[in-house]
Amino acid sequence: MPHHKTKEDNSGISLDPDIMKLLAKFQEIEIEDFELEVGELELRFEPGMARRILPKMIKKGLKVKPSNILKTEFHAPINSYSGKIVEVQLGATKSEGGSRGRSLIVGGETSPAFYSFESKLNNPPILTLDVFDMKVPLSKAVKMHVKEVVDDPAAWAELAVNKFGADMVTIHLISIDPLLKDATPKAAVKTVEEIAQAVDVPLVIGGCGDPIKDADVFEEVSQTFAGERFLISSITQDMDVERCAKFINKGGHAALSFTPMDLNLARELNRRMYDFLDKKDIIMDLTTAALGYGLDYAFTNMERARLGGLMGDTELAHPMSSGTTNAWAAREAWLKMSEEWEPRELRGPLWELTTALTLLLAGVDLFMMMHPAAVKTLKDIINNLTHGKKVNAEKYLDWISIKSSR
Amino acid sequence: MSQKNKASKKELSPIDVYKLLPKTNCKECGEENCMAFATKIVNREAQIDQCLPLLEEKHSKAYNQLKEMLKPPVKEVVVGIGEKAVNLGGKLVMYRHEFTYFNPTAIALDVTDDMSEEELMNRINKTQNWNYEYIGYTLKLDMIAVRSTSNDPEKFKSVVKKIIHNTKLPLILCSLNPNIIEAGLMAAPKHKSLIYSATTENWKSMAELSLMYNCPLVVSAPNNLSTLFSLTKTLLAYGVEDLVLDPGTFANEGLTDTLNNFTMLRRAATKNGEELAGFPLLGIPMVVWNEQGSTADELIKWREAYIASSLIIRFADIIIIHGIDGWSLLPIAVLRQNIYTDPRKPVAVEAGLKEFGNPDENSPVFFTTNFALTYYTVASDIENSKLNAYLIVVDTEGSAVDSGVAGRKLTAETVAEAIKETGIETKVKHKKIIIPGKASRISGEIEELSGWKVQVGPRDSSEIPKYLQDKWQP
Repeated sequence: MPHHKTKEDNSGISLDPDIMKLLAKFQEIEIEDFELEVGELELRFEPGMARRILPKMIKKGLKVKPSNILKTEFHAPINSYSGKIVEVQLGATKSEGGSRGRSLIVGGETSPAFYSFESKLNNPPILTLDVFDMKVPLSKAVKMHVKEVVDDPAAWAELAVNKFGADMVTIHLISIDPLLKDATPKAAVKTVEEIAQAVDVPLVIGGCGDPIKDADVFEEVSQTFAGERFLISSITQDMDVERCAKFINKGGHAALSFTPMDLNLARELNRRMYDFLDKKDIIMDLTTAALGYGLDYAFTNMERARLGGLMGDTELAHPMSSGTTNAWAAREAWLKMSEEWEPRELRGPLWELTTALTLLLAGVDLFMMMHPAAVKTLKDIINNLTHGKKVNAEKYLDWISIKSSR
Repeated sequence: MSQKNKASKKELSPIDVYKLLPKTNCKECGEENCMAFATKIVNREAQIDQCLPLLEEKHSKAYNQLKEMLKPPVKEVVVGIGEKAVNLGGKLVMYRHEFTYFNPTAIALDVTDDMSEEELMNRINKTQNWNYEYIGYTLKLDMIAVRSTSNDPEKFKSVVKKIIHNTKLPLILCSLNPNIIEAGLMAAPKHKSLIYSATTENWKSMAELSLMYNCPLVVSAPNNLSTLFSLTKTLLAYGVEDLVLDPGTFANEGLTDTLNNFTMLRRAATKNGEELAGFPLLGIPMVVWNEQGSTADELIKWREAYIASSLIIRFADIIIIHGIDGWSLLPIAVLRQNIYTDPRKPVAVEAGLKEFGNPDENSPVFFTTNFALTYYTVASDIENSKLNAYLIVVDTEGSAVDSGVAGRKLTAETVAEAIKETGIETKVKHKKIIIPGKASRISGEIEELSGWKVQVGPRDSSEIPKYLQDKWQP
């Protein structure tokens, strides 16, 4: 472009009118916050116009409209973490000193939950289903699936494994509660024996919540089933932690360290066990609250624990377990509500699933669950998040024209 | 491109803000002094525009500096007008414990332009009237997505007209055809609807429409973040400032890519100051209806619901849903409320004696724990049934009833102590206490220690009115 010297040059900002030539010197120019690649700019200037218009354009950053897509790259934001979540083995096969059909490993994460753009998941989370050794209040939505077996823990365990696809079974020894049936440790051992015979998956041994009785029963079970690598659920702050950790260690089992939604207490309890148990023998339960009834606290507490563990806080670098069955404590899970919220047969399990999914994304490794539909779906989700495939994205935008009268 | 000077929330201290304030201590903002105001600003409990002296011309530099300093890494985009307008994004942090999440994920329900009049009205009304009372909050739905399935601009126009005539909820106009979108915008020219969507094919026309009608614009690049970034960069250069990003929502084995994309975008924006990622994210759980085939409706709704929930957890600022059943929407709406609760709020409420209605010496006495959610649930059940009653709030360090019993935070001792401390003995003459059903295990011990007669109440406080009718006698 020719250079026309005019009067206006003196009043405005002086700029080489040969804008294309000027721009060509650079790969990109910055106009305000935007980087524009020169070849893609649609600039047609009359001679002399440029020096009047461009300063304005630069100031506003508006008038230069690109005519082609300005290509740029997305770079995945990858973090590195100094910590790694320990791996804990549950169950032991014959060759490992037990009698289970297989053993399972939880933990081993090197990134937050399912950040698979960052690192591959070593061990997908697993599910253990609840079995009770005596009648407990169950919601209708759950009861309809287990009503045949509620009086027979062994049959219940079989149903959980063979029909509902449980990776593990949790036997809740409610009957040992001194305030309920006060069943003896020997009786508890018998129940465990029946279940261990009925199914060959790894087992979780659940107590009644009484710190003294639980310890007595756990000790008996630990001794009798030495080598089976059960998960003893759970060890709490007000138990004789030293005694429990010792017999768990002696029997070759793993401990579930339970604390009420407080990371400092969780660290402290874990520390108390480190003298007698290997880090690889401890899973932590940081307390699960139901969707709508404190799930936000549980979620954030677990997310913080996991991030802390990854960032080098070894006292929190344990796999996490969730008593997801607590979801049924929410009235919306079981209550018969007005017609617009029904059927509760779907609402209930979706409540449990939503609670589980929320905590799955916070980093939970082991889910203690109840409803077969929630269990099935959570397994599918874990599978999809573990073995995800590159999808055919082309059809995605078709959602706009879905014809649905449903 | 990264902008390092945009302070992430954590780096900002009240001092940083205070330095730039006029320091007049004029109290016009309602605070005692400028430092108190600065603290509120940092906690996002006040807006800098509330500082009147700051708005004077001579402080314009400080004002602009503050604006820039306080700019959230995820831009806040407003859709709609009036009191139903929805704010999207505006996020300061990636994880809620780092501060708190603002602007709960907006939930939009869809309609189409070839639905029958009856079905259209039915869906509009269900969406705008949907509500659920939950511990003092009313959960609601936020928007309507209008899809053009007819591909007929006239039809789209008339449906949009009908919708804005019947609801004030903000709209998302959905079509890849700019002529359709234009027809919709002409029907609602001043409604600031969200345009769905700009793609590599149509971006220029969509950008023009967005600018002409001053409407925010969705950018779609299914499962390709480089394309998404390129389009975003282009649209910004074009002058469109209010963007919403749609990296694609994919069900089943596509869930991996979906969550990865959302997570990477949010991390890039909040942790790396990446400006092209700094926009609200749109998730579309209703893609599951693409594969309906012979699958039962319930199953599709089930799947849609859990995809919605996973997106709420993984950073979606807005989602579009088709299933309108209460059972599938309720968990989504409650989850959203939970995730967007301010984590800075304490878990526990104050322990002590609460009175409901006008209780007298014959009124029933209940107890519950001081876990906030337990307390609010019980309190609202008693309140709603218009009972006259006393409620002792036992300090369980914020444990619920069942976990309090299990974790020995709720024991006969703590209950007996609370009975004594509250002085309830002087207020009633019956010495009977109704305990939560979930604390039945410790009923005997409570009787022994407190000397009060224990009645085991219902396991859920919603049954309190019925319980009193059947079982209460002073």
